[in-house]
Amino acid sequence: MVSDDEENETPRKKGPKKRSKPQDSDKDNEEDRRSVKSKTSRRKSKNEESDEDREDQQKKKKQGKGNKVVQKKGRVKGKEVIKDKVGEKDKKKKNGKLSSSTSSSESDEESLSEGEMEALKDQVEEKKKLITTLRNQPWRMKRRLVLLKESQEFVEKFEGALGKGKGRRLYAFKVLMSKKCIKFKRDFENFKTACIPWERKIKEVESHFGSSVASYFIFLRWMYGLNLVLFGFMFGLVMLPEILMGLPYGSIPRKTVPREEQPTAMDYAVLFDFGGYCKYSFLFYGYYNNERTIGVLQFRLPLSYLLVGVGIFGYSLMVVIRTMARNANEGGDGAEEGEFTFSWKMFTSWDYLIGNPETADNKYASITTSFKESIVDEQENQKDENIHLRRFLRVLANFLITACLGGSGYLIYFVVKRSQEFAKTNNENLSWFEQNEVEFVMSLLGLVCPPLFETIAELEDYHPRIALKWQLGRIFALFLGNLYTFLFALFDEVNAKLESEKLIKNATEWTFNEYYTNYSSFFNTTDVPPPAVHPADVIRGPCWETAVGREFVKLIVSDIQVTYLTILIGDFTRAVIVRFLNYCWCWDLEAGFPSYGEFDISGNVLGLIFNQGMIWMGAFYAPGLVGLNVLRLLSSMYYQCWAVMCCNVPHERVFKASRSNNFYMGLLLLVLFLSLLPVVYTIMTLSPSFDCGPFSGQEKMYVIVMQTIKQDLPAFIGKVFAYATNPGLILPAVLLMVLAIYYLNAVSKAYQQANMDLKKKMQMARDEEKNRRNNKDSTNQVMKDLEDLLPNKSLIPPPSEEDEQPPPDVVIEKGSKTTKTKPGAAEQGVNLQNDVSLTAPNPRAPVTHAPGPRRGPPRNARGPQPGRGRGRGQGGPPRQ
Amino acid sequence: MGTTASHLGKDLLSEYQELTFLTKQEILLAHKRFAELLTKEEKELPNIRISMERFLDLPELKSNPFRQRICHVFSTSESKDGSLTFEDFLDLLSAFSDSATLEIKSHYAFRIFDFDEDGTLNCGDLEKLVNCLTGETDDTRLTTEEMRQLISNILEESDIDKDGTVNLSEFQHVISRSPDFISSFKIVL
Repeated sequence: MVSDDEENETPRKKGPKKRSKPQDSDKDNEEDRRSVKSKTSRRKSKNEESDEDREDQQKKKKQGKGNKVVQKKGRVKGKEVIKDKVGEKDKKKKNGKLSSSTSSSESDEESLSEGEMEALKDQVEEKKKLITTLRNQPWRMKRRLVLLKESQEFVEKFEGALGKGKGRRLYAFKVLMSKKCIKFKRDFENFKTACIPWERKIKEVESHFGSSVASYFIFLRWMYGLNLVLFGFMFGLVMLPEILMGLPYGSIPRKTVPREEQPTAMDYAVLFDFGGYCKYSFLFYGYYNNERTIGVLQFRLPLSYLLVGVGIFGYSLMVVIRTMARNANEGGDGAEEGEFTFSWKMFTSWDYLIGNPETADNKYASITTSFKESIVDEQENQKDENIHLRRFLRVLANFLITACLGGSGYLIYFVVKRSQEFAKTNNENLSWFEQNEVEFVMSLLGLVCPPLFETIAELEDYHPRIALKWQLGRIFALFLGNLYTFLFALFDEVNAKLESEKLIKNATEWTFNEYYTNYSSFFNTTDVPPPAVHPADVIRGPCWETAVGREFVKLIVSDIQVTYLTILIGDFTRAVIVRFLNYCWCWDLEAGFPSYGEFDISGNVLGLIFNQGMIWMGAFYAPGLVGLNVLRLLSSMYYQCWAVMCCNVPHERVFKASRSNNFYMGLLLLVLFLSLLPVVYTIMTLSPSFDCGPFSGQEKMYVIVMQTIKQDLPAFIGKVFAYATNPGLILPAVLLMVLAIYYLNAVSKAYQQANMDLKKKMQMARDEEKNRRNNKDSTNQVMKDLEDLLPNKSLIPPPSEEDEQPPPDVVIEKGSKTTKTKPGAAEQGVNLQNDVSLTAPNPRAPVTHAPGPRRGPPRNARGPQPGRGRGRGQGGPPRQ
Repeated sequence: MGTTASHLGKDLLSEYQELTFLTKQEILLAHKRFAELLTKEEKELPNIRISMERFLDLPELKSNPFRQRICHVFSTSESKDGSLTFEDFLDLLSAFSDSATLEIKSHYAFRIFDFDEDGTLNCGDLEKLVNCLTGETDDTRLTTEEMRQLISNILEESDIDKDGTVNLSEFQHVISRSPDFISSFKIVL
């Protein structure tokens, strides 16, 4: 009877599998149960009748082999087939075995032969695979549930039966572990998603403004996470050890406010300026002591400081690049823009996250415009009436903007210089403005210039998307120019400080020498106690590192202030005025001139990026900066979320976020690199201050690493290091890397080329096929079937009742082809998969049916069903 | 499946997690939202269906021009009225979730766009699609000429085998190149 079942099932498999599946599975379950029962009975009897076993085993082995072969074929056929069939097939197989054994000899069962064991193991593995990939099937939940339960049961039942003796234990253990592992992974996933903050907030923004505005907040959140990690490093490895294990405040000069500053050290204005106690706190470089090891743990603080300073860059670099790579992976290849302009507009332009009618209306409008635009574009590709005027205007606009950029650069340089002069005169009666001139001017430039650029860009009359790119590029140039001018001006200051420091250093050394000689000659002893000077009174150098750190902190603080004030005035006040004055105004304020603000995504993202650049640069000189930034991002999140929800209106032109996603990441990478330069430069070339910071007394900052290698590590590592730093080694290494880059580049080009070729070929093949089809539509069925079976025409039309059962080996061949296209191979690049999926059978065969809502799961590589596919004529899936 | 609407069993929960791209929290949230749509007496019934009209009131779907199509595609109702059970609802959310694969998303997108449910996107489907995208009002509608132009352009681009319709594999081919699709084909509760 069981074998009957088996017989019956084979044809059905080729038939409309989906629908019949549930019943099948029920039957299978029964069979399963039966088989299990007999298996257990087998096992019991196994011990007693081991002699008979042997014979039987031999028999079985043969069978097993047969099974194995089938199974292997099945496996080759590809996941889909396996997924769909293995269950039944395996069971059938088993049942087959069973039935043979049950029919021939009821009780002379024995243990599984090796072949069977293998087969069973494979089956279990397949089932497991099925379980993990089940969610990738666009089937109904009910069906998936049934399948899941079924295969889970199967796995549970037969897992235990696998393995013998030692192997069995191990296997059971492995199984158990993998189960636990899966569960743990899932729980961990759940935990991870639960830990992602602001999901709801962002979702709210998303539904009001679409994914583009939300992308800013997601970026902000990402940045927050990054900074949190950086802060963790900084705090855990540098600040905390110094606070806990280092000398306390007031013990040494660098940790004490100098005498002359003490009266004002606690003033609010001074503190707000990060002078006074702030300046001599753990927030800044100067506070850290240069003792090689501190505390009971022998913590090497200077080394740790340097490594963390550099490690921050390393970590950020890694994270940014990883994110970029991931974005690039999932965002399609986008290589052939323009190829699918219309289709993309059509199929992907709706933002399903939009949940706000107003946004939806805007979206409708923008989609319509974009349709119209592209139609017009297509109709008359280029129709410039006055190309000369436009060219002239563009040149003019660029000239103006360059002038703006130069002007702003000069302005900053000028202001920084001036502030240095102010600092030299050390005037107490400087006004607030004069003290904060640099930061003020920089923030103001950042505030005024972007809108100015936008106005100037009107002259150019570019397409909005191109205009946006230009605008972004210009703002980027502005920020970058400002930052670097600021840095150069700062370096001037640093050099000046280094000069003055030399003088002070000489003076102190001289004083010390005087003191020592006097002391020893006076008391006639060589055992000289250190001079009893209060740490606050010691003459000290200017400590340029702290000064630089302070500049950065001040810059960040003023940046925060300006940003927040802009939001408050530019958005909130404007919204309030527009909203309430509208009742008593001569024109419609809401629709007319001031209107409500729009959320400036690109500006905000750029601001965030540059802010991060300053953090990267400044973090080395002011470890507290990262903490400050964490606070800033945290408050930004709430503040901007509130602001955008309460006073902004959705964009009229909604730009998609994802396209620019990697663009922003690229900018971030660039900024990271640019901020890496000055820091590395100072570490490698400038000599640290002699009396403050963890590197005081060293010739250069990096010497600390050499020292550690020499003193604390075994000699051979030092040697290895010495060899490794040898130019003779470094040069070849660089060369090798260059070559590797060249090679990889060439390979990727070749792949691209191959891709293109394949596509061309595919299209050609399709055309040819089509012609052929049209010409001889009436060839006999067999010929057609054969045609369908040729390699690379794996079109599998939907399984249908009427078709005849193809020879089994053919099925297999077919299956093997489809293997590659299965979604299980999701790891492969989108590319490959797509290409293949085009050539390959329509993986969702059922779509070719009238898709009833209750449609069963699509079946792919079932046996070929050429008749039906053909019959469907033009409307069918890709046909050969 | 033994789902009473008021309570979600632990086994079932883990099975749902296995079968969808949703996390535990998301499933629970979905369940809560689903239960909110039910009246009190309905909550006691197993496998209750919620009619499409009530579903369309969800703010997540309200402004979506494809809301009715979405309901129809995910509904398992025999009478094709677009009503959804909880499992259908989970299917929907899973397909629209963040971690769903391109395969799944494009498959369902195709079915959503396939208005007449004949398995291909023909001119009629495309026209309806354009009308959905441009909204209901007259000033955003495209003229017949524009429509014709647009549709012929689209077919030119994506109809690889030139049979006048876009089928699933062609659709997926086009969609998979799009940088925006995955990020915008999302509905989050």
